[in-house]
Order: sequence, then structure tokens, then C-alpha cells
Amino acid sequence: MGEILVLAELRQGEVREITFEALGAGRNVAAKAGLKLSTLLVGYNLERAEDGLADYCDNILIVEDERLGQYNSETYQAVVSQVFRERRPALLLMGHTSMGMDLAPRLAVELGIPLVTDCLEIELVDGRLYAVRQMYGGKLNCRVRAREAEGYIATVRQGIFKPVKIESRGLVTRIGIPVLPRELRRRVKGVTAPVKSEISIESADIIVAVGRGIGEKSNIALAEELANLLGGVIACSRPIVDKGWLPSDRQVGSSGKTVKPKLYISLGISGAFQHVMGMMNSQLIIAVNKDRNAPIFNVAHYGVVDDLFKVAPALIKKIRELKGLR
Amino acid sequence: MDLIVCVKHVPDVSSAELRVDSSGREIDRAGLNYDINEWDDYALEAALILKEKHGGVVTVVSVGGEEVDRTLRRCLAKGADNAVRISDPKINTKDPFIVAKVLSAAIKTMRYDLILTGVQAGDDGYAITGPTLAEYLKIPHATLVKKIEVEDGRAVVWRELEGGVEEIVELDLPALVTVQTGIAELRYVSVLGIRMAMRRQIRTMQLSDLGLSPEEVASPWLAIEELYTPRVERRVEFIEGSPDEAASRIVEILRARGLI
Ligand SMILES: Cc1cc2nc3c(=O)[nH]c(=O)nc-3n(C[C@H](O)[C@H](O)[C@H](O)COP(=O)(O)OP(=O)(O)OC[C@H]3O[C@@H](n4cnc5c(N)ncnc54)[C@H](O)[C@@H]3O)c2cc1C
Ligand SMILES: Nc1ncnc2c1ncn2[C@@H]1O[C@H](COP(=O)(O)O)[C@@H](O)[C@H]1O
Repeated sequence: MGEILVLAELRQGEVREITFEALGAGRNVAAKAGLKLSTLLVGYNLERAEDGLADYCDNILIVEDERLGQYNSETYQAVVSQVFRERRPALLLMGHTSMGMDLAPRLAVELGIPLVTDCLEIELVDGRLYAVRQMYGGKLNCRVRAREAEGYIATVRQGIFKPVKIESRGLVTRIGIPVLPRELRRRVKGVTAPVKSEISIESADIIVAVGRGIGEKSNIALAEELANLLGGVIACSRPIVDKGWLPSDRQVGSSGKTVKPKLYISLGISGAFQHVMGMMNSQLIIAVNKDRNAPIFNVAHYGVVDDLFKVAPALIKKIRELKGLR
Repeated sequence: MDLIVCVKHVPDVSSAELRVDSSGREIDRAGLNYDINEWDDYALEAALILKEKHGGVVTVVSVGGEEVDRTLRRCLAKGADNAVRISDPKINTKDPFIVAKVLSAAIKTMRYDLILTGVQAGDDGYAITGPTLAEYLKIPHATLVKKIEVEDGRAVVWRELEGGVEEIVELDLPALVTVQTGIAELRYVSVLGIRMAMRRQIRTMQLSDLGLSPEEVASPWLAIEELYTPRVERRVEFIEGSPDEAASRIVEILRARGLI
């Protein structure tokens, strides 16, 4: 019986949530295609990780070695490709994360099998991979068909698939250490600590966030005025930090902060997935964007399709009037 | 130091209304503005900064039709030394694996210490081409790079991981990095620079120059079967009317929830 293999992702010895999500994605496909579901756990000191995974898969394959304690594309590619060649899974899954994005493409070329990245839906039809993913900053979806091959790789988007527990506990198998490259041309030197920030947008009740639609650095004052009137703070999408218009501790999204305020007012933000991930659980989302089709309106509760430079000043004026300010 | 930057000419979709064309697999290109992929603009910037510091030559390479010359000229105007366009109707430019193979064949004929690509292209968003190219060239790579330092035949790069953490990685040169936005502040293109670039030669290469057969670049690993507007259930209530009316309605909503 064939299998679907999920490569686990660890951070400081803990299995990251994306691994359980990838297992959830794998479970659906495995059930339909009559395949087993296995996790490949690569690293060092793996007891804790091993235990947490047992409820989610049929097999846990362990490759444990001191030299694998930290992710490095060179060593991990060597391990995963050898395991793949030995077990010939129908499908290899991992997260579309800093690890999956780094590892999956080279692995696909080395193994000569197609890879589809950042998947929202995955299907094996007669053994062939079909996937749904987004294009054009989330404005359109596409269904991709992979070339016919002996196996496939797919990376899955975070926060899309639900973990699925099973009745039985996964069987643990230790695999001998595959051959590792003797000399590494890529070496991990360390990891920086997250920068301590002065203000924490995570604890704010009210956030006014600006995106590229704000146009100029000087226009941020408009959003600041609105935030001040509401007793909130300002935050932003990534391009605003990239341009140096606001410090990085104001960035909301997958590579920034995750916020859940009572009110999130979004001005000129398109709503790319990496941004939305950081704010979609806000209690009330009001978005202003010129484009009715902007993906931000997929998560907003209220939307205004108009120029933010007309709406924001009007809003400021109304709130000032209400507060008896001039 | 010889630097190669791979650049893609992509539609700017952030404010545009996108329509799927009659094939059902592609967007209608009419009325869209094309420009350099945002991530590639940062890759070029990083390369220009390295050149300013260490000397050397920056070559920009793009796979596509004649229309990509606009993006290549913009790179020349910013300070790139050479531009190469790889064009051949037989190349399936929609497939990232084919594009990477074509790029690798072209780059094999060039001198390089460091290759820079964007993390991803804003149109397809695959994030496949960069590391795939490194595998075809058998050189080390690092993705999601936010800072680069070069010394003694090595590059030290900072990779952006999740949660505000960065991983510091050392790469033996030659190597490839995929550049994340924000790696440096982008320079402006001067009018003079544009004018000078208009007169510069763009080198073109075809399959026959690359030693690739048409079969090698014809059948894609990935094919788009259908392109469509996401069928999501929107919970959004659109507030219609003038900006003043919209503002009044928002104030009402906020008051009802005790937010003002
Ligand atoms: C690995 C990775 C991590 C990332 N992490 C993050 C992250 O943490 N956070 C993040 O935000 N992004 C992140 N991104 C980037 C993300 O993919 C998008 O590129 C980004 O979120 C777009 O920002 P934006 O919406 O401000 O800009 P755009 O997409 O350019 O959108 C601008 C919007 O403003 C609207 N607009 C323009 N003018 C006006 C006006 N006058 N009035 C009203 N509306 C107007 C337009 O219609 C458009 O919708 C990441 C990307 C990658 C690859
Ligand atoms: N047609 C192309 N020509 C040159 N470089 C490209 C091309 N397509 C993709 N790239 C490079 O590969 C990166 C990632 O693209 P993608 O894999 O399509 O997301 C881009 O940022 C470019 O640097």
C-alpha cells in the first residue's frame, strides 16, 4: 500500500502547527486514494516531537542525528531525497514556510518530480496531482495540473487545512542515517532574537492600518490623526516597512505581528494572504479600498469602495464633531 | 565581483481590475501596466550595493518576449552593466521549472560569483525559480534573504524566518540567493539614466545559443487548467454613498459597539 509522506517542521524541539495542518491535508487525500499517512521527522532530540505526532498519522519515520539538529537545506535535502527514493510515496507534503520554500524546489529537481507550491486544495486523481492555489496577489485562483510523474511534492499554505486526529497511534520506525554531504557549502551561523519593540500593536484595542494605497510617507499623518481620535495605534502592511516609512514593529502579517483588536480599520491595503493572516481574527474589520475586488473585502465586515483620501478625512471630521472638537 | 540578477516583467495588479480571457487560463492583458517584479527590484538593488562596495559587474537576465526590454532598460538605467534577454517562441515561459532550466543554460555561459533572484514573482507567486536554478547549477543557495555581506569568497546572509526571527547563513561562492522585499531602500531611476539606457544594447539569446533542444523546454511540469475569481463567501457589507455618508455610517457602527 502506498503512502503520503509529510515532512515535519520543528522550531526549538516543538512541532510547528503547520505540520499538523499538512497532516490534515494529507489525511483527506490519503483517505480518498486508499493510502497510508506517514510523518517524516528529521532532527535531534526528538522524543517530545514524536509523542505529539502519534495521534495524527499511521507511521512516524525518524531520522535522528546531531548533525540534523538544525534545518540546513543541504543536509535535509540529502535526507529527504534518500527517504523518498526508498519509500516512493505518492505525494510528499510540507508547509509553504521559510523551510518548505527553501527545500522543496531543489528536491523536486533532484528527484525529477513536479512540485506545486502554496496549495489551498490538493487532489490525487488517478495518481496525478491537481491543486488549487492563488495568483496575482490573491485576486484570482487557479487549478494546476502537474505533469504525469512517479510522485509529487506539494507545499501547503498556513492556516488553511484542519488537523485530523485518528483513533490509533502511529507506529514509530527509526531509519538509519542516510549519507550526509561531507563538506557543507551552506552553514548555519546562528539565529537572531526578535527585536524588542517599544509599542506593542498586539495589545491595542483599536488599530488603523495603512498600506501602499497611502501613497506618500507624509500621508501617514492622516491615519495617525484618525488613530489618535479613536484612542488607537497605527499599523501597516509590509511595503510601508520596506520603504522605511514605519518601523518594523508596526507590520501586520505572517512576517510581522498577529493582532486581534476590537477594531481594525484598513486603509489602502489589498489584503494579500500574508497580511490577512495577521489580522483576520480582529473583532471588527472596516476596510477602505478603491478596488471592489480587493481580497481585503473577503475578510472585512464592512467595506467602503472609495478613495481613502476622501473617506478618512470625512471620518475624522465626523468623529471630531461628535467629540465636540473643532 | 560578478553579479547576475534574474528579473521578470510582470503586470502591476494591485489596483487593476483583472479579467480572465476567453481561454479561461490566462488574464486579459489589455490595459494592464507591466513593470519589474517587486522582489526583483530589491534583488537588483542588493546587487548594485554589492557592486558599489566590492566592484564588479551586474548583469540582468530575463526570459520573455521583446516586451521585457522595458524592464531590462529600467535596470540598466539604475546601474546594471549588461542586459540579456532570452527569447524563443518554443520556450514555455509559464512554467517555473522550464524558466529555471533556460536561465541555468544561459548563466552557464557567463561568469558569476553571486546570482540574485526575487523570492517570488508577483504574478504566479510560485517561489520556485530561484532554488530550482541553484539546483540546476549545483551551487548552494539561501531563500528569503534580508541582508548580504561578502568577504573572502563567502557570503553571509540573513534569512527571514517566521515570527521576526532571522537565521544567519554562510554560503560558499558561487551561490544563489532569493531576495525578500525591504533588503535596502530602492533608488530612483533618473531621467538621464533612462535616456542613456535607451541607447544601450540588449543582448538576446535563443535556444540554439543555449544548447537546449525544443523538447527540453516544451512540456511543462505545471499547467494551469483554469483561472477564476475565488468563490469565497463574503461576509462584507458594503457601505454605499458619498464619503460623507460612508463616514456617518461608520461612526454609527462604532457607536453602537461602544468603540467611540
Ligand atoms: C514570505 C512573505 C512574507 C510576507 N509577509 C508580509 C507581512 O507580514 N505583512 C504584509 O502586509 N505583507 C507581507 N508580504 C507581502 C504581501 O504578499 C503583499 O505584497 C503586501 O501585503 C501588499 O501590501 P499592500 O496591500 O499595502 O499593497 P498593494 O498590494 O499594492 O495594495 C495597495 C491597495 O491600495 C489600494 N489603493 C490605492 N490607492 C488607494 C486610495 N487612494 N484609496 C483607497 N485605496 C487605494 C489599491 O486598490 C490596492 O488594493 C509577504 C510576502 C512574502 C512573500
Ligand atoms: N521569466 C523570467 N525571467 C527571469 N527571471 C525570472 C523569470 N521568472 C521568474 N524569474 C525569477 O525567479 C523569481 C521567482 O519567480 P517564481 O518562481 O515565478 O515565483 C523571480 O523573482 C525572478 O527573479
